[in-house]
Amino acid sequence: MSWRPRFDEHSIWWRVAADFLRSRVAIAGLAVLALVALAAIAAPWITPQNPYDLMQLDVLDARLKPGTPSSAAGYTYWLGTDGQGRDLYSAIVYGLRISLLVGVGSAAIAAVLGTGIGLLAAYAGGKVDAALMRLVDLLLSFPTILMALMILAYVGKGVGNVVLTLVLLEWAYYARTARGQALVETRRDYVEAARGQGIPPWRILSGHILPNCLPPLLVIGALQIARAITLEATLSFLGLGVPITEPSLGLLISNGYQYLLSNEYWISFFPGVALLTTIVAINLVGDQLRDVLNPRLQR
Amino acid sequence: MSLTTLPLVDLQGVSKRFGAQPPLGVFGQALRRLGWNTPPVVTHAVDGVDLAVRPGEVVGLVGESGCGKSTLGRIATGLLTPTEGSVQVDGQPLHGLNGDARLAARLRVQMVFQDPFASLNPRLRVSRIVGEAARLHGLTDAAGEDDYVSAQLQRVGLDPALRHRYPHQFSGGQRQRIGIARALAVQPKMLVCDEAVAALDVSIQAQILNLFMDLRDELGLAYLFISHDLGVIRHLCDRVAVMYLGRVVESAPVDELFARPNHPYTRALLAEIPRIDQRRTAFNTIRGEIPSPITPPSGCHFHPRCPQAMPRCRSEVPTLRGIAIHHASACHLNDAA
Amino acid sequence: MSDVEVPTLELRDLQTRFHTRDGVLPVVDGVSFTLARGKVLGLVGESGSGKSVTGFSIMGLVDPPGRVEGGQVLFQGRDLLQMSNAERRALRGDRIAMIFQDPMATLNPVLRVDTQMIETVQAHRSVSTMAARKQAADTLALMGLSNAEERLRAYPHQLSGGMRQRVAIAIALLHGPDLIIADEPTTALDVTIQAQILSEMQKLVAARGTSLIWISHDLSVVAGLADEIAVMYAGRIVEHGTVDQVLDDPQHPYTQGLIGSLPSANLRTQRRGARLRQIAGMAPNLLQMPAGCAFAPRCARASAACAARPEMSAPSADAPSHRVRCFHPGPVAVEAPV
Repeated sequence: MSWRPRFDEHSIWWRVAADFLRSRVAIAGLAVLALVALAAIAAPWITPQNPYDLMQLDVLDARLKPGTPSSAAGYTYWLGTDGQGRDLYSAIVYGLRISLLVGVGSAAIAAVLGTGIGLLAAYAGGKVDAALMRLVDLLLSFPTILMALMILAYVGKGVGNVVLTLVLLEWAYYARTARGQALVETRRDYVEAARGQGIPPWRILSGHILPNCLPPLLVIGALQIARAITLEATLSFLGLGVPITEPSLGLLISNGYQYLLSNEYWISFFPGVALLTTIVAINLVGDQLRDVLNPRLQR
Repeated sequence: MSLTTLPLVDLQGVSKRFGAQPPLGVFGQALRRLGWNTPPVVTHAVDGVDLAVRPGEVVGLVGESGCGKSTLGRIATGLLTPTEGSVQVDGQPLHGLNGDARLAARLRVQMVFQDPFASLNPRLRVSRIVGEAARLHGLTDAAGEDDYVSAQLQRVGLDPALRHRYPHQFSGGQRQRIGIARALAVQPKMLVCDEAVAALDVSIQAQILNLFMDLRDELGLAYLFISHDLGVIRHLCDRVAVMYLGRVVESAPVDELFARPNHPYTRALLAEIPRIDQRRTAFNTIRGEIPSPITPPSGCHFHPRCPQAMPRCRSEVPTLRGIAIHHASACHLNDAA
Repeated sequence: MSDVEVPTLELRDLQTRFHTRDGVLPVVDGVSFTLARGKVLGLVGESGSGKSVTGFSIMGLVDPPGRVEGGQVLFQGRDLLQMSNAERRALRGDRIAMIFQDPMATLNPVLRVDTQMIETVQAHRSVSTMAARKQAADTLALMGLSNAEERLRAYPHQLSGGMRQRVAIAIALLHGPDLIIADEPTTALDVTIQAQILSEMQKLVAARGTSLIWISHDLSVVAGLADEIAVMYAGRIVEHGTVDQVLDDPQHPYTQGLIGSLPSANLRTQRRGARLRQIAGMAPNLLQMPAGCAFAPRCARASAACAARPEMSAPSADAPSHRVRCFHPGPVAVEAPV
């Protein structure tokens, strides 16, 4: 006898997905993100030039207007070129790659780390909880940019170091939320029932409490991705993030900043639009996620 | 059952206090010297209770808010450790055991909770809720788990075909049955029911009470039935203990308690329950509020509200003494006789 | 006093429906009753019977997806459903008041008790703050709260559950309303506190001639307090009569089942410890109601006639106030005619 679940017999995530898709705005955001992600993955195939390969750049083609054909390579610079002769379209697509990598990567690692610490603090209670939460308070009280600058000044530039920095700064948000939610859940009768049935603490944490803590963590995760991307762009803009030869969107904007007033707007403008679109899309998805998950918390 | 049988669960001199502060360190003592003296806020939930439940016996625990009956129930299941006193399960002290023996003792006494909505994990399917512990502790293996879970559900009157559903798809009464199935799945010898029917409609309540009685007959289960509803207690229990603010004030076989209540609190409680055959009555009331368990009154806890309080009641704690066969009461008025 | 006195409340065929994603729920499905001045009506039913929503519909507190869709609610002769929002607001708190099961539905946790009570007084009368405060203190004393001054200065979280409920009831009583709707106010309270509150409500109703609707699932509480009882099932009233009639001589099988499920009722007829009489079947699913009698799927007396929707019986000669919605009413021993 095969059993096929009805709609409300699916797990809560199925129902969350169904509710999520009711909002056209959220679907639009999700579509944009899917497009961005696809573009980032398919970068080598959809771009005429690898902007990180200095051999492919032609300095003579610097600062050309959008739509100008290239002098040597035989393709058109649809979005123009920047100060080093990079095709802006290619640079944006590759830059999105970095943005997504840094954003999603740091959010994911920070989520795992932070949630683990938060759950541990909630279940252990007492001094362990107090110590961990003081650490969290400390981290959250520093201005983020300042901390990021200090850490990057110490570890140096590079995508990996940027991810490390962001993880160090972001895990605290997850920890605090996970701990708060876990504290509520730990008091619930079903946790007591699990304890009374001799289920070991680690299993209660991972199998019983964690699934109930996920909704707010998911919302934070979605919005933190946007934050991380913005942060990376800011750091790169300031010249502290990615190396000059592998520009991310932030660095591109920075490079073009000096030319804004001399009518060569496109060097900053198009990367800016790309960045903005991505972040807005993530925020739309995150907002809808928060609305959809909220009443669920009350069952 | 004879009263010389070894009790299944035996609580002796059990007290539980919440919030007691550890001794002050150097810093704390310095603060105290500066005049900042914050006394610890200690809740005296349970105060020197003796309670025994024999195999197959149904013991009722009655009282109002702050009387400590829920705390006592949790101490009996091992979910809480008493501040003082001993808990023995099948003759073995519960908190001295380790490892497998401790686990076995814990599984022997299982709890059924009050709130059918909060006592089941909303993210887990019923099959997992009921079967997880049994599987973990080797009561069933991976192959037999599905049948085992189905058998438990059938025993509590639920259709096993529903075992893949989530708790939110069931009604309150059905969820309570799931909670009972979960408790039964680890093959306990005693169930502690903490207001297990209070949140249910009257007609569903009758179904669940009948279920309890069937399980008692089929499986020989003992019960510690905690409730504020004297009508339910009267129907279900063999023996009753009445608690007020952490202490047992009276205990007797159920017919004896209802026929000849001794303690003034018990009598007031019985007089105040609305009954369906009392029409347009003037409600009898005891004056005053239930005191807080943080600052319980001195001497007999009930003396501020007792219509028959004497000066002795304020200074001296009455002991629980036998006043008739198997009938004990903690009241100074009994001494006067 | 004229003998054609306008009743305080008259409900005529009230209908409230909830429009949810899964369908339309007829939560209140044609409820009618009359409540005279100074009388207490016990509205009894289990969860899902529509008793609370009836109370909310009278007060105009039904939130979407629910909507009052039909019938009349005549308060002292005026139809509340036809009034403007402003007129209803003027009546609420002044002439009609509601008490909820959770006192925190009435009390604002960030305001002190005196602030809230003064606000309620001044919403309907222009009096000075001092006078309002005095009125608040007097009403608290009426509820049996000693030390009214201390209670007034407290925040709700500083009071115990029983005290909070008494403050909430005091707020309802501030303007001496003509009608009070109480939705399970003592369900969450201890027996001793419940007894105190019931005693105070009784005295107030007798002294001021207030009409009271006491919504509850607890027949024994209603037995002591009410003059009349109306039993609700699946949004309809299935039996209505004086308290003696309904409890001593129930005619509807559901009422009989309810009374029979009570452990105390079983005590009189059976040996202690025997199985309780239970009502067969499950609570009705409002999305899948049978076309005829709502109780038929669970009824031992159901027959072919029950496929039609029963109406409330006409008043009979010897029991003019006792009415039943059933094709086979009768005492328990009667079997269903084939």
